[in-house]
Amino acid sequence: MGRFTSSSCGRSAVRRLSVVAVAVSMAVLAGCGGAKVGGTSSTTANAGGTSSGTAKKTSCGTFNLADNPWVGYEADVAVIQYLAKNKLNCTVAVKHITEQVSWQGFSTGQVDAIVENWGHDDLKKQYIDNTHVAQDLGSNGLKGVIGWYVPPWMATAYPDITDWKNLNKYADMFKTSESGGKGQLLDGDPSYVTNDAALVKNLNLNFKVVQGGSETALIQSFRTAQQNKKPLLAYFYSPQWFLNEVPLVKVNLPAYTAGCDSNAAKVACDYPAYVLNKVVSTKFANSGSPAFALVKNFFWTNEDQNVVAKYIAVDKMSDEAAAKKWVDANPAKVNTWLNGT
Amino acid sequence: MSAVSALAGVQWRSVRLNRGTMVACVLAGWVLLFGFVRGHDTLSLASADVNGLHTRLNDLNASVGANRNSNPLFVYFFNEIQVGATHLVTAFQALLSQPANGRPLPLIGWLGVVAIATLLSWVFGNVKVALLALVGFLFIGLQGVWQPAMDTLALTIAAVFISLLIGIPLGIWAGLSDPFHRVLTPLLDFMQTMPTFVYLAPLTLLFLIGPATGLIATLIYALPPVIRITAHGIRTVPIGTLEASRSLGSTRSQALVKVMLPMARRTIVIGINQTIMAALSMVTIAALVAAPGLGQTVVQSLESQDVGTAFNAGLAIVIIAIVLDRVTTAASARADVNGRGRSGNVGRFRRAALIGGTVVTAVLVYLSYTYELAASFPDHLTIGSRRFGLDLGSSIIRASTSATNWAQRDLHSITDAIKNTVTYQGINPLQTLLDSSPWWLTFAAIVLLALIIGGVRAAAVAVLCLSLIIATGLWQDSMDTLAATLLATVLVMVLGVLVGVWMGRSKRADQVIRPLLDAAQVMPSFVYLVPFVALFAASRFTGVIAAVVYAAPVAIKIVADGIAGVSPTTVEAARAAGSNTWQIITKVQLPMSIRTLALATNQGLIYVLAMVVVAGLVGGGALGYDVVAGFSQSSLFGKGLAAGVAIVLLGILLDRITQAAARRADASTHTYR
Repeated sequence: MGRFTSSSCGRSAVRRLSVVAVAVSMAVLAGCGGAKVGGTSSTTANAGGTSSGTAKKTSCGTFNLADNPWVGYEADVAVIQYLAKNKLNCTVAVKHITEQVSWQGFSTGQVDAIVENWGHDDLKKQYIDNTHVAQDLGSNGLKGVIGWYVPPWMATAYPDITDWKNLNKYADMFKTSESGGKGQLLDGDPSYVTNDAALVKNLNLNFKVVQGGSETALIQSFRTAQQNKKPLLAYFYSPQWFLNEVPLVKVNLPAYTAGCDSNAAKVACDYPAYVLNKVVSTKFANSGSPAFALVKNFFWTNEDQNVVAKYIAVDKMSDEAAAKKWVDANPAKVNTWLNGT
Repeated sequence: MSAVSALAGVQWRSVRLNRGTMVACVLAGWVLLFGFVRGHDTLSLASADVNGLHTRLNDLNASVGANRNSNPLFVYFFNEIQVGATHLVTAFQALLSQPANGRPLPLIGWLGVVAIATLLSWVFGNVKVALLALVGFLFIGLQGVWQPAMDTLALTIAAVFISLLIGIPLGIWAGLSDPFHRVLTPLLDFMQTMPTFVYLAPLTLLFLIGPATGLIATLIYALPPVIRITAHGIRTVPIGTLEASRSLGSTRSQALVKVMLPMARRTIVIGINQTIMAALSMVTIAALVAAPGLGQTVVQSLESQDVGTAFNAGLAIVIIAIVLDRVTTAASARADVNGRGRSGNVGRFRRAALIGGTVVTAVLVYLSYTYELAASFPDHLTIGSRRFGLDLGSSIIRASTSATNWAQRDLHSITDAIKNTVTYQGINPLQTLLDSSPWWLTFAAIVLLALIIGGVRAAAVAVLCLSLIIATGLWQDSMDTLAATLLATVLVMVLGVLVGVWMGRSKRADQVIRPLLDAAQVMPSFVYLVPFVALFAASRFTGVIAAVVYAAPVAIKIVADGIAGVSPTTVEAARAAGSNTWQIITKVQLPMSIRTLALATNQGLIYVLAMVVVAGLVGGGALGYDVVAGFSQSSLFGKGLAAGVAIVLLGILLDRITQAAARRADASTHTYR
């Protein structure tokens, strides 16, 4: 008897509970904003929707754009993606991957374009010269400046520190637990070009290269150094959004002359100014896609990129909002990019 | 009883004393010789240099890239796997996270997911964990990361599904067959200790950029636990039970299905739990090959040093992990109860509730399919004219950002002093001894130590591993990594014993600390690297600290379980004999859990080694840096691969020595118990 009562009571309680739950949720949904998924009030655009006035450009298809992990590159991608999507009606597949993986994507057909390439002679040789799966589209207008930098407080406190000849004088100041009694020269992400070890040796500097291992470590080290007025000498580069936050000061090494860096072990001169370039897959180049014309025309300055990078990194705008803001403010430049698409 | 255990302590200490003297002699001899031969034969290789082996590996990598589209192995094998894996992930994404079937939203909205998660937690676990699942998933919604969290969940479910599909049968086989177990073990070691960074780039050549590679990278790391633990479960079924079933005339397969599997069920569920945790720890790394999910949020926000946003995403990963952990743990407890049967009364009530719950869930899933409000998590609700914000994420981001800023501004001078002390007193001397001794001296010293601590077999393994490390061409980097690993392990064990004893002795301490330990284990290390660099600069010490944060929780949990497992009667007896708390801990509880301490050391070492690559990202240098460099520069690919192999070899070396030591400790305590 007891058993029967308890089980039937349990069952009816559960049933009552479920009826109430269903009724309440129905009421809530119907009462306040019972908009249906895919209905007219839906915020997301219809998949493959071509109802707007731009229906004439339907040949774009999917455009696979590599997004390498630094904010400057993200700014390039933001603007290109915005235009390809809104002006050319492309479906843009942005792939967040590292540089080497992006190049590999040319051979697997998964990447159409890299829009900010820093050097990488070995990859150029493999993918452009040897296997012909990729093509160099030339400069994107950006100038990459690599070098040794100090935080601004140091340049103020020790004005002559920006000349490499005085570095030995200050070497003691840069000593850390990692540098084995010498001054520390901090390097960052191993994917970037560096001759630092050879430079230290050939310029007879009393410094040791310490591997920070990532861009994150490098930026954070500079931020701390400036905040706490600590000495730091490190490898850095422009364009970089962080320079908007802390305007690092470059140390002048012996000026670059053509060919002074031809023998890697004997280098004793500054880094050359890099012309950052665009690389696309051969398949994409031959596809006749309007996105290809856009990438081919894409050309802007370090200042342009810094503006968009600041929108993203400092003002925390979404990529799309940042791109829209810049595109709306620079119609002339944008029009030259859209030429021939 | 207390007399017996006291005797055990004395005996154990005398064995330890002899061994301790021998270890001290070897170390003294090493330091003495070091004075004379320092800096000779150190086999050093500068960070940008490569050797012949590394170049050959580079060439191999390039030729794979060049031939992948024509090679039949690719056309008929890897490509098929890639297609299958992509379909699987996409199917789960269509359910949970991505637009599907021409709809702008996934098939099941947030309300449906929350309902299903709660129902399943209740069915397989209990009411408590169901409540936890409900609150946890709602919290993720409030954090504003519902969509990426569901991508992560989709990828995790796919990876765990495949892991179980492959892992449980393999585990059963390894449990039944000794030869297969012997072949499989080193392979599993390799899968678990080889840093993912080493094979991530080549993996995209095999399985392309995207979810398939993310899935397979996750699989490689998450598969071993379920195989190992399933095998262990099958192996530990009592012989007596098996013989009883055999004497009743069961065939081998009947014995497996009717006796072994039901008895091993609880252990197998623990294996599933570990596989889920391993899969979740791969979320950030999978993001590097464009696998979707919370890892993307973490990686991208750190490009602009946005620790707050990264932390918010990391917290969501922690919540998913804790919910899944508690649910599977409750499920394993229930598997135990089920194995023993239950009364019909409870069963009938449960069946009724089950039907009711399923009906409610089905309705909620339907609502979440149909109505937008139940489909995509709203950031506010408007009821009448009042607007209720549903956004916790912004506050979490703001709070964690200001906490980080405060720490790096006001703590810097203290933390800098700590870093310098540990580096000058600990890391530098140890590293110099290991890497500036001639290779033959370090080699001989390590083999001798292995002999004393672990015995002949451990010494043989040491000879083999060290020789192979020399063959990788990265001897000096390996010794630097070994130095940092040993130091980190010492710190892990100090914490392990201190906190572990505390937790083992106090249930309340355990309840408070355990969730923090879980969080430290699954919070992506990328999130806390930025503040760590701010506090401790880009240095080897930062690498050590990152490793300690990841490895200490495991050691602490193991020690706590060991201490809690010491028989209360023994403790009472000691107390009755007049021992104070300190004496009880040092004379009774710690000596009696000596086997557990050895196990904690073993696991601590393995977990520290798993962080070598992460340490390389924040100034740890050595093998970790080599692996990172290999991932980002094709000309250093071969060197990175060799460094990965060297890490595996160090792992096997340390694992076998500590395991042998653990067995010896076990034998010595068992003898006298």
